[in-house]
Amino acid sequence: MDNKEKLLDMLYAMLKIRRVEERISESFAQGKIPGFLHVSIGQEAVSAGVCACLRDDDSILTTHRGHGQALAKGIDLKRFMAEIYGREDGFCKGKSGSMHIASRESGVIGSNGIVGAGLPISLGTAFASAYRGEKTVTVCFFGDGASNQGTFHESLNLAAMWNLPVVFCCENNGWAQFTSGKVATKLKNISKRAESYGMPGVTVDGDDVLEVRTEAAMAVERARNGEGPTLLECMTHRWFGHYVGDAQKYRSPAEVQGARAFDPIVKFRKFLLDANHIGTEYMDTLEERVRKEIDEAVAFAESSPVAGAGELFTDVYA
Amino acid sequence: MKETRYIRAITEALNEEMARDESVFVIGEDVGGPGGAFSATKGLLETYGERRVKDTPISESAIVGVAIGAAIRGLRPVVEIMFADFLAVCMDQIVNQLAKMRYMFGGMYKLPVVIRTACGGGLNAGPQHSQCPEAWFAHVPGLKVVMPATPHDAKGLLKSAIREDNPVLFIEHKALYSSKGEIPEGEYLVPLGKAEVKKAGKDVTVVATSGMVHQALAAAKFLSGEGIDIEVIDLRTISPLDKEAIFTSVEKTSKLVIAHEAVKAFGIGAEISAMVCEEMIDRLSAPIIRVGAPFVPVPFNLEKAYLPDRDDVVRAVKKVMEY
Repeated sequence: MDNKEKLLDMLYAMLKIRRVEERISESFAQGKIPGFLHVSIGQEAVSAGVCACLRDDDSILTTHRGHGQALAKGIDLKRFMAEIYGREDGFCKGKSGSMHIASRESGVIGSNGIVGAGLPISLGTAFASAYRGEKTVTVCFFGDGASNQGTFHESLNLAAMWNLPVVFCCENNGWAQFTSGKVATKLKNISKRAESYGMPGVTVDGDDVLEVRTEAAMAVERARNGEGPTLLECMTHRWFGHYVGDAQKYRSPAEVQGARAFDPIVKFRKFLLDANHIGTEYMDTLEERVRKEIDEAVAFAESSPVAGAGELFTDVYA
Repeated sequence: MKETRYIRAITEALNEEMARDESVFVIGEDVGGPGGAFSATKGLLETYGERRVKDTPISESAIVGVAIGAAIRGLRPVVEIMFADFLAVCMDQIVNQLAKMRYMFGGMYKLPVVIRTACGGGLNAGPQHSQCPEAWFAHVPGLKVVMPATPHDAKGLLKSAIREDNPVLFIEHKALYSSKGEIPEGEYLVPLGKAEVKKAGKDVTVVATSGMVHQALAAAKFLSGEGIDIEVIDLRTISPLDKEAIFTSVEKTSKLVIAHEAVKAFGIGAEISAMVCEEMIDRLSAPIIRVGAPFVPVPFNLEKAYLPDRDDVVRAVKKVMEY
């Protein structure tokens, strides 16, 4: 049966992702963060459920909407925040910003601004595990939009052919930037494609963290045991636009509002309450803990310096 | 010294580096059992086995992706992309991923990836199997671009490229694969980023790359009969460019011709020319002339008319001499 502590860790991860993304959206609106932000609010159960199955030495490849994936993997919040602010103490010295966050120590190989480009790279990190005889696993997160890139086809075929220790996790939120999946993909479920590559494919309710974790755990164990890749599709909902500030004129207000009915945090909290794992006051305590961590991270980021112009020329070559 | 073909020099380099370093592996289409489309990886599968010699499906993006991910995790992949034209198929993995990852992740990773590929005309391979794409990649910060012209340099540069901690695009010339040259018996390296004076001379500097080095040397021989003494510099590495070698020679001759097989327009000749004009125009006694292919795809039937050759170099040299 479930270890209560592990369940609470997932609740914590989900709440942290939600509140971090709310906070950075505010900071962005206040002009404190330059560039673009792609938030994953509404999709937290996918990151939390999948990363709950991973070890520190496992790797993940993340997407442009990848804050949640990195946070669930355990990336340090202060340096994460500093990176989003473009500051020197960020994981990438401020050169990556929101869209390219990476952390070697947390196994967050890197998030990618090119849709579908993480898929081939995930083959390589998984290949290295096999090459060295390590029992480490790679999870490659990507969206439903990426599943129509050629890299999806090349990568799933090769991973199956070489029996690589990788899990392909498709976060299907129904939207490829401004284009509905309904006009982009004939199949209702992307996981059906798995069979054509000779690997198992499964679709889960991506707003149900327990369901995500159950299937992810099996996929990760298969990979770890040398039984090859899995395509895990998590059906979820993008509450906000493609980027923070996107007015979403391409979506009906009813759909946008309706997405909130699938709130994965509300759902999981109800489960925990019903199972008497937590009392009503628990959420308040957790909210307070997360708020404090975020306050500290924001203060850290805002006090971190912007890199000097000399930094422009560093790290082009080793 | 021993006489070796260019293609076998490549094989020797791969073999020696794989023997030396267990983290080196080769990956590409037909590199295993078949030993490579041009036989560069001949015998490696038998020696090192399927773990380190990876035959792949025709999936160039996946191939480069494997190399990137493996390099991040500390391996040293040597990729074969059969024809340089196919680099366009995996352009994103090379340009947006491999080349940028170190910089955009703030120096988090080293990316010791070598991508070997075969460029150039001379085999009537047609428009999609004959291009020289070095300028596409020399324009990308984060990549190094190498083009050996001789068996000696092919081996020495490839060994250096495999030991290099940055991504290297290693562009071999398929028409040179069967060419022969002397190489040392024992181990040696040729450093990246260093050009070589292949023939010293006082009248005109001719900077050449890859196959055009041989055309320039043939031109030197021809021109010496007319009393013109040219200096031929083989760039060997396109990026980083050995400015010093070029500047030193131009300082001496005051005249510059640049010869490459790639399309002349927007090619590396333009970069070298601009660089010399920016930094030492007062040393020039004649306009700089570029020799390169016309601004057309490589035709199957008219390849001879397309390819720049010895006579083009001779004409260019005479033109700067007559200025």
